[in-house]
Amino acid sequence: MADENVQKPAGAPEGQSSGGGQSSGGGQGSSGGHGGGHSGGYGGGRPGGGRPPRQGGPRGPGGPGGRKFFRRKKVCKFCVEKIDAIPYRDVRLLQQFVAESGKIVPRRLTGVCTPHQRRLSRAIKVARNIALLPFSNR
Amino acid sequence: MQRTYEIMFIVRPDLTEEDNDKIISSLETQANSAGASVKHVERMGKRRLAYAVRGFQDGLYVLLTVEGSGNAVHEIERRMRVTEQVIKFITVRMDEEQKRLDKMKKLRDAKRKTSSAPAPPAEAPAAAAEPSAPAPATSQ
Repeated sequence: MADENVQKPAGAPEGQSSGGGQSSGGGQGSSGGHGGGHSGGYGGGRPGGGRPPRQGGPRGPGGPGGRKFFRRKKVCKFCVEKIDAIPYRDVRLLQQFVAESGKIVPRRLTGVCTPHQRRLSRAIKVARNIALLPFSNR
Repeated sequence: MQRTYEIMFIVRPDLTEEDNDKIISSLETQANSAGASVKHVERMGKRRLAYAVRGFQDGLYVLLTVEGSGNAVHEIERRMRVTEQVIKFITVRMDEEQKRLDKMKKLRDAKRKTSSAPAPPAEAPAAAAEPSAPAPATSQ
């Protein structure tokens, strides 16, 4: 989508654009403040911010790809609390992993491990079918 | 082969309690005649639906735990499809999941037992030494 604010000339600092309310979330030019400095911007469905092609950054030991600071290592909530079964009836638990738009949040944002993410998404889909969770929220 | 299923269904919200009971008991009899047994009935009460189903925004949720063959559950589903008051249903098979959960639990309990054995270090070897010492003596 076309950015409203064209790339500002060298005056604006890279990264955290303080002035502009419209964050160029998908912009490739700005290195995209990822550390929570950005507020709002993309309206709900994208808590993580932009979509930079770096997988190593959040995972840390993979080798930081251009980002100097380490994101704190996210742990899988289910592994920590030793929850084996993810019931589709527990709407409050499932809602923590569903965005406001109703979409299932990817595991790189929530830190859930793969087997639990698979079970979680199955449970969410069952819950959607039985009208406990919406398919989409506007 | 007895499989365990959970059938959750939604009944129209404008039904009275006794109508609800009637539907549930008719489903139970249907299940029994088809060879399945209803283990547990849970009425989850009126809830707001996440989206409108057949024009309703609320519904009465009921959860049945059924044990039986696939054919029996098929019959129950067919009955529910025909019943006008049931607006939505879903069947989930639970026995494999239950097996897996039991296995995990067993593993976890076994781990806990072996990890607790060395915890009182003096007692365990002492207790083990005591019976073993006189045992060879008596066996001689």
